[in-house]
Amino acid sequence: MAAVVAVAARGLAPWIPVVGLEIHAQISSNSKLFSGSQVQFAAPPNSLVSFFDASLPGTLPVLNRRCVEAAVMTGLALNCSINKKSLFDRKHYFYADLPAGYQITQQRVPIAVNGSLSYTLCIDNKMSQMVTKTVRIKQIQLEQDSGKSLHDDTRCQTLVDLNRAGVGLMEVVMEPDMCCGEEAAAAVRELQLILQTLGSSQAVMAEGQLRVDANVSVHHPGEPYGVRTEVKNINSIRFLAKAVDYEIQRQIEELENGGTILNETRAFDSKLGFMPEPNLPPLILYDAKSLPANMNHQQVINIDWIHERLPDLPSVKREKLVEQYGILPEHSFTLLNEDGLAEFFESVVKQTQMKPKKAIGWILNDLLSYLKQHSLTVKESPVSSSLLADLLNLLEKKEISSTAAKQVLAELWKGEGKTPLEIVKEQKLELLQDQKELEQICQAVIDGQENEVMAIKAGNRKVLNKLIGLVQRNTQGRSNPVLVKQLLEKKLSE
Amino acid sequence: MRALCLGRWLRTGRVPQKVSVEVLDHLEHLALVDFRDSEGVERLQKAIQFADQLHEVNTDGVEPMDSVLEDRCLYLREDDVTEGNCTKELLENAREKVEEYFVAPPGNIPLPKLEE
Repeated sequence: MAAVVAVAARGLAPWIPVVGLEIHAQISSNSKLFSGSQVQFAAPPNSLVSFFDASLPGTLPVLNRRCVEAAVMTGLALNCSINKKSLFDRKHYFYADLPAGYQITQQRVPIAVNGSLSYTLCIDNKMSQMVTKTVRIKQIQLEQDSGKSLHDDTRCQTLVDLNRAGVGLMEVVMEPDMCCGEEAAAAVRELQLILQTLGSSQAVMAEGQLRVDANVSVHHPGEPYGVRTEVKNINSIRFLAKAVDYEIQRQIEELENGGTILNETRAFDSKLGFMPEPNLPPLILYDAKSLPANMNHQQVINIDWIHERLPDLPSVKREKLVEQYGILPEHSFTLLNEDGLAEFFESVVKQTQMKPKKAIGWILNDLLSYLKQHSLTVKESPVSSSLLADLLNLLEKKEISSTAAKQVLAELWKGEGKTPLEIVKEQKLELLQDQKELEQICQAVIDGQENEVMAIKAGNRKVLNKLIGLVQRNTQGRSNPVLVKQLLEKKLSE
Repeated sequence: MRALCLGRWLRTGRVPQKVSVEVLDHLEHLALVDFRDSEGVERLQKAIQFADQLHEVNTDGVEPMDSVLEDRCLYLREDDVTEGNCTKELLENAREKVEEYFVAPPGNIPLPKLEE
């Protein structure tokens, strides 16, 4: 529930912001919800349109099995009750990209209800302090997408492309349990990861596969909820957080200045304009118990069968990563947050002797920051998991120092095809293995730093680091600092 | 019948309700119907009264029926691409087109508010 209280601008009574979300996720399927035309982003206008999508007379909707399965999977992943009988309705309104004049949706009895989604927030932007929150899922319903309108204001006309008309959508309604932009964004991000893991939607916001409308209102503690406004046309998760917070602020300022909040879009919501879809009987789903004996296999959707085959959800994957590799929970979040990074990490761990707890640092600090700097995805990384594993092995076998390893990585990043070993040889980065030579250098440093030696012998151990640094410099970074420290300490105690 | 039944929305009662301006306005927006003059509104009034007769039937304990097809099996189609790619045919009936787009008037032209 909304726990964060926004303190008013002028120190007046505090405000509680309330945020709910309506999310439309495009179902990942080959064909549309009720017709056999293709689902594809960016195709020539009106090339992926069937007679039914264009609402030509005499056409009828035929439900796509894959879309139902996608909705069931999503409902199960969100802990919903799946309605074994759900109904289709027509929602009437007039718009150029809705050729039928109505959208087929599930207003009365949707396919899934009463679920929940857990998401995590970082307190104060510190990944080490994470808090888990839950938002209730009111329902998930199947519905048609509309076509696209391109407004040409100069010629006073609208161009309509129906390629998107009829594509299957899952509308996920989240109760107003969130209190700010950050929570809304975190909830949507987790939903996005879940959908992508299930494969029920690719949920790429930039391609319109995931659309979020936020319902925002504010009220004083103890008073009824305020008038809510809708924030629409949000096309990125970051913008969602900003837009929600902006709207909260706007409402607070408006109300504190004695104004009122106007709701402009709710006319749509009126209970008029709905009627049952007469061309579609109820959608019946089965489970192991209710499975009919003599029905055609292809005509039966078994909820339990789908449940058994659900992949590990992000939250479970994270737990397994932490348990299996001994990494920190916040590490698991970062791993899953970047497409392909968890797989990369696991691949590296398989190929190296370095402990996962140590290797993770190289993945998250070095590799990931390189990727971010160059705006590359994990798949586009010039450094493959095997190359990185080779490098880590050299480090683990103490053939190079940590500093040298970073140098090698920088070279590997150029993607010139050299192996870590080749780079080490080229740049002469191998650690000095000759103990005698190292001892001589240590002795030379000791002999040359009388003052420091006295300080150390007097008890100031920190000065030892300066000596280690000098040895490193003399060896061009090719000495093992641990070994150097041991040698120096031995000599100094003689 | 329930969803589009205005009578129920207006409140059931044996006494004929007058259709308010707000309701009329809302209806005209939703259905893009022009009731035009008082005769049109009167006819609407009579239509509502006529439909209201349905309320004479006692439906206590009876589940509403949407369709006589309610016990039929809903056929599930396999997720194969079998249609589309008929841009030319679809655009044949369009009065106006621009490079394979349908052309429509700009947005939704707001209807003037009713006065009365």
